Amino acid sequence: MDLKTLTYIVVGLSFALYIGVAIWARAGTTKEFYIAGGGVHPVVNGMATAADWMSAASFISMAGLIAFLGYGGSVYLMGWTGGYVLLAVLLAPYLRKFGKFTVPEFIGDRYYSDAARIVAVICLIFISFTYVAGQMRGVGIVFSRFLEVDITTGLLVGMGLVFFYAVLGGMKGITYTQVAQYCVLIFAYTIPAVFISLQLTGNPLPQLGLGSSVGDVGFLTKLDGVVTDLGFAKYTSGDKSMIDVFAITLALMAGTAGLPHVIVRFFTVPKVSDARISAGWALVFIAILYTTAPAVGAMARYNLHTTVNSALATGGDVFAPEASLEGESRPGWMKRWEATGLIMWEDKNGDGRIQYYNEKSKDEAFLTKADAAGWKGNELGSKGKDGSFDGKVDRDIMVLANPEIAGLPNWVIALIAAGGIAAALSTAAGLLLVISSSISHDLLKGIFARNISEKSELMAGRVAAAVAVLVAGYLGYNPPGFVAEVVAFAFGLACASLFPTIVLGIFNKKMNKEGAIAGMLTGLIFTMAYIVYFKGIFIEPMAANEAANWLFGISPEGIGVVGALLNVTVAYLVGKATAPCPDHIQHLVEDIRYPRGAGTAQAH
Amino acid sequence: MSKPQDFDSKAYWNATLRLLIITLVIWFIVSFGAGILFRDALDGIHLGGYPLGFWFAQQGSIYVFVALIFWYARRMGKIDREHDVHED
Repeated sequence: MDLKTLTYIVVGLSFALYIGVAIWARAGTTKEFYIAGGGVHPVVNGMATAADWMSAASFISMAGLIAFLGYGGSVYLMGWTGGYVLLAVLLAPYLRKFGKFTVPEFIGDRYYSDAARIVAVICLIFISFTYVAGQMRGVGIVFSRFLEVDITTGLLVGMGLVFFYAVLGGMKGITYTQVAQYCVLIFAYTIPAVFISLQLTGNPLPQLGLGSSVGDVGFLTKLDGVVTDLGFAKYTSGDKSMIDVFAITLALMAGTAGLPHVIVRFFTVPKVSDARISAGWALVFIAILYTTAPAVGAMARYNLHTTVNSALATGGDVFAPEASLEGESRPGWMKRWEATGLIMWEDKNGDGRIQYYNEKSKDEAFLTKADAAGWKGNELGSKGKDGSFDGKVDRDIMVLANPEIAGLPNWVIALIAAGGIAAALSTAAGLLLVISSSISHDLLKGIFARNISEKSELMAGRVAAAVAVLVAGYLGYNPPGFVAEVVAFAFGLACASLFPTIVLGIFNKKMNKEGAIAGMLTGLIFTMAYIVYFKGIFIEPMAANEAANWLFGISPEGIGVVGALLNVTVAYLVGKATAPCPDHIQHLVEDIRYPRGAGTAQAH
Repeated sequence: MSKPQDFDSKAYWNATLRLLIITLVIWFIVSFGAGILFRDALDGIHLGGYPLGFWFAQQGSIYVFVALIFWYARRMGKIDREHDVHED
């Protein structure tokens, strides 16, 4: 059976599974629509949270980022897992005790202010839409690459499917389809990793394989040798400054804990103690992928280099002409993926062979030798925006083409397609749901149409979800310039706006509405302005995005941390200068600090 | 359903905060400490084929995070019961 037919079958089966689950788990009440009825088992919720959390970026892009950043990729590994510790100890149990449906609802009630609730809705919508646009794009791209349909068709199929189970099923439908999607994506991710680890190191567990040996040297030592032989920075070091690594890691952690679609998952468990334990289970399921990813990245990088230059694996002379791969005999996967532009070969020195190395190396001796060997620049990269050669191999290929690079069978490749789609769809659905509930529950029911019936509210939630799917599809089809900057944006904003405001609301019972609103706005505006200043969204960047120009040497990816500090400082100063927090709110805060009396979440 | 008569909210909250601080200190040490600030020093030590600092940054911190949350949840459960504010 050929690859395409097989991929259609595997992806088709996974879709049938999601649709079946969605029909079984329809939502009939607002409580089911917003929080899945409030009776989700903590382990099930943990699994759903893991799928909700791990997006197309985690599944498709992260291992590739690590592959090329080496140690520098650790910011994603620590940042996107450490946030769960913050969630478990600072947020989830208290918000669960509070017992309402949405994050803006907590902020609005705690800060006794509709204005605070509206500001929170604005933060939420901004964070969630930037994020969801990237997911829809991911669905489209996986479709177009593996099923050979165009991106629009892929996008429409993805939208149709999300529409079906998010609009009908609400949180209940999403929870159980996410469990199914988790199973598909984790299977798809770990199977190729196990095979590749076994091939390279003889150890089937990638987590151990990365720390074991190839021949008689450690794999990582060998990989360090391979990349430095080609003029790249040592794999186990990295080239980011310590303060920047620190700031990015912290921003990703606090951002994770402040993402509304992750927080609301903890509203669905029956008890406060379940919210704590469920964060642990979520991280168990996430850790399975996150501890595998560094091995996938490192091994893919090793395979790619040793394929292109045969002397690297044997320890021969890398500059010998016959060491470089002959262009004509390049492997089939390379030719296949050239069609997508993710990888591209340009024979700069006209010798018919591929030289793949760091032409901007800081190692002068290496460049001299490369020059003497007749190398005229790096020849392996990807197709740039205007179709010309871009000297960077696309990071995504490290996961997408990994099974082919390692020569694994076709069914494994088909699995990767199904896994990538599962990762993107599960996150998109979670995001769409928090967008729709913030509109139907926070804006309509909470502020502008307080006396609508439950039935109308449920209908409004469905309509809002449907509209959100359409907007997300449009953004995926017609991506604004910022999709690539989604990470910096969504996490930075969550870290600087929602996270500190929620934590202050729980741990400082005297914090008043004036302080909270001023703090949230300061964090939001400062962080947004800094990112736009360097990355230029809608407008041209106003300064080069490089270390010399950054505030305290912190890149836009990590600036959320400074935004969060500003948020807290402003909140304290303004809070001190304005009317104190009323007594009944202070009692409310005392009440959410201990578990007893937490019924399942209530609408009123 | 509500809080018991003799609930000492201050003592409960102090116990909670103490556990929270211990948890966050461990959280900080394994990630920002071992994985970032003291990585260079730790990289001199090897764990199998892993330099230790690199291992903490890409593997170890994640394992500790998982264990830490379960440990925290269990200790919190104990504090809840001691102050008689646990759920049934």
